[in-house]
Amino acid sequence: MSIPRRQFDAVIVGAGGAGMRAALQLSEAGFKVAVLSKVFPTRSHTVAAQGGIGAALGNMGEDNWLWHMYDTIKGSDYLGDQDAIEFMCRMAPEAVYELEHFGMPFDRNPNGTVYQRPFGGHMQNFGAGPPVQRSCCAADRTGHAMLHTLYQRNVRANTHFFVEWMALDLIRDGSGRVLGVVALEIETGEAYILQARATLVATGGAGRVYAASTNAFINTGDGLGMAARAGIPLEDMEFWQFHPTGVAAAGVLITEGVRGEGGYLLNKDGERFMERYAPTAKDLASRDVVSRAMATEIKEGRGAGPDGDYLLLKLDHLGEDLIESKLPGIREIAKKFANVDPVRDPIPVVPTVHYQMGGIPTNYHGEVVAPRGGDLEAIVPGLYAAGECACASVHGANRLGTNSLTDLLVFGKASGDRMIRFLRGDALHPDLPADAAERPLARLARLDTQANGERVSEVANDMRRTMQAHCGVFRFPDLLAEGVVKIKQIAARVTRTEIKDKSKVFNTARVEALELDNLIEVAEASLISADARKESRGAHDRADYHQRDDVNWLKHTLWFKDGSRLEYKPVHLKPLTMPGFEPKVRTY
Amino acid sequence: MQFRIYRYDPDKDAKPYMKDYDVEPEPSDRMLLDMLIRIKAQDDSLSLRRSCREGVCGSDAMNINGKNGLACITQLAELKQPVELRPLPGLPVIRDLVVDMSQFFKQYNSIKPYLVNNDPPPEKERLQTPEERSALDGLYECILCACCTTACPSFWWNPDKFVGPAGLLQAYRFLADSRDQATNERLDNLEDPYRLFRCHSIMNCVDVCPKGLNPTAAIGRIKELLVRRAV
Repeated sequence: MSIPRRQFDAVIVGAGGAGMRAALQLSEAGFKVAVLSKVFPTRSHTVAAQGGIGAALGNMGEDNWLWHMYDTIKGSDYLGDQDAIEFMCRMAPEAVYELEHFGMPFDRNPNGTVYQRPFGGHMQNFGAGPPVQRSCCAADRTGHAMLHTLYQRNVRANTHFFVEWMALDLIRDGSGRVLGVVALEIETGEAYILQARATLVATGGAGRVYAASTNAFINTGDGLGMAARAGIPLEDMEFWQFHPTGVAAAGVLITEGVRGEGGYLLNKDGERFMERYAPTAKDLASRDVVSRAMATEIKEGRGAGPDGDYLLLKLDHLGEDLIESKLPGIREIAKKFANVDPVRDPIPVVPTVHYQMGGIPTNYHGEVVAPRGGDLEAIVPGLYAAGECACASVHGANRLGTNSLTDLLVFGKASGDRMIRFLRGDALHPDLPADAAERPLARLARLDTQANGERVSEVANDMRRTMQAHCGVFRFPDLLAEGVVKIKQIAARVTRTEIKDKSKVFNTARVEALELDNLIEVAEASLISADARKESRGAHDRADYHQRDDVNWLKHTLWFKDGSRLEYKPVHLKPLTMPGFEPKVRTY
Repeated sequence: MQFRIYRYDPDKDAKPYMKDYDVEPEPSDRMLLDMLIRIKAQDDSLSLRRSCREGVCGSDAMNINGKNGLACITQLAELKQPVELRPLPGLPVIRDLVVDMSQFFKQYNSIKPYLVNNDPPPEKERLQTPEERSALDGLYECILCACCTTACPSFWWNPDKFVGPAGLLQAYRFLADSRDQATNERLDNLEDPYRLFRCHSIMNCVDVCPKGLNPTAAIGRIKELLVRRAV
């Protein structure tokens, strides 16, 4: 079956922060680039980021990108690759200045420089403390301000957006080179081949794999599913970040910036319990540490509320003026989703799934790497990944707050630059394989003809409940093993879902079914990787192996869809320009 | 809970119709979007846009009991039943609650929505005082949901010529930015009987903005700048 084909120098899948930052490099360099997005670019999930961008500008007092680097390595529980972390932290200030030059409305200090607030895990003097003010912000709407600024700059650069297009699958030839994507135009229901010499996956995270998530509905791991089906492994998928402060029941995010500005957590006895768990950093310890402390408080009966199932985030002592100027968005959210005005009352919060540390394996240039012929990190020609869907790995086992925005700015740009280099060296489009569109067209055809199948929403809900119950803040061997069995059963059901709506026009039932194909790969990768990792590190905390085990487990997991097989590869403990930071005991 | 929802699929419907739904909310359901997701779980043919479900992405703007708003931050408790839901007015309907927003974004793009500063960028950030920065408050927070523009009669009559409240709010966002150097070009671009001056201060935009912004005031400031430039 033949479908229409269009040719570009580069295709970028996803128009969030990473995709748009990369697009800017390519557009401004004069390349013909197509940016696909399931939603209008400013609706991408970067828009929901609140607290800030981590960069050692030193505007508020002494800071140093080496301290940022140390904090990020420590925050990663030493699973982060130190070359990539060095690169990110060194480039971060420049990335922020560029964004400011693009017009980003950062908050300001009296001397006119960008205002920076404290954030969890960011400390002075190689972790010695006290907390450092490193998070560059626009009130508590940093992601919104940033995403709009990047979109605006792309309007200026005449970037060509394909709005409401969903990429279905990567096209890969026999040599392993990636040659573009097959994509669905949602409005018409037509599938196209978008041929490209370089393809960037920037599809964001897959937080919707859990039942309770701070993530937007669109965060369905589309790039991860595409990569997995194309034979590319997914790295470190056992590491899911639970953000300490999701609004209880609603899941909506309350930024760590609240604690950065001086808010703190209380249990039902009114105790500031983080002082017990992290005597130095207290409420500004790393997210994995704070979320575990909260889960422990709840488990041990010190949760607040009628069912003792949440904790309280107190910020009324900051005063209405500060809340209105620095935290207006969370005041709005607390009023709407928790029925409390934080100027007077604390916000009920629970740890809620927020971020995936793992993803498509890349090097620090944004090139996708996978094992081939004895090389554990052979470059996959023509394929790049950046942002939450990628695993460089700068976040290792636990991401520090603010580093997600730093990551997508720095690696969005780096991957754009790397694509330009590749495009300049290789001007020809290789031939497409005869079966270029076979897999995605088969997926579409199945949905058109499937009868007597289950509803997508039912299967998806079972998957989400399974992840929630079996792969949470604390992990138990029996639950993990059961979870693996269950998720494999659910994966089989995913192949038999049925949609009643067969319309071609803006068929969102079809989109949701296709998204589930991607989510289930992520769920399976996460549970199988988590079940196999017999230690506790960062966000992966096992009841039966309570300690970090650097002898056996200081290594990255690689999950392959084919046979649901695992391999491992070493962590890069050597930075680019200095001796490495040796793993040590991690306390805050 | 009862709903009447505008339905139209050009693939099979000769004309639009209203469809009734009766769906029981669960105790955890707080917002209109929660119910729309329940309805879609029963009838997967209902098409709508939605993403962040917290009022920052601007996807799920629709006409709710006669007034534009975002489904994800519209409390169920506030709604009179049957809740009547229609697509945003004044834009072509693609399907059900999904409208074609091309005209809206064309107007947004027409105001050159990006910072213009032709000086070589400094090594670090451009400086801006907190006061200069605060001039952007109430402007930069726009989420481009189109609630305001599609509530504006002037936009309904002249969608191709009148920029509309959302576009004009952003035009003022750049005029108000101490770092921007294109004030004259921006004003030239708006000094036209239609682009700016079709605003008759009806203030529907202010009434519906889910973020509490005030496009009418911003439009007034642009008019002031034009007057000041003329004298």
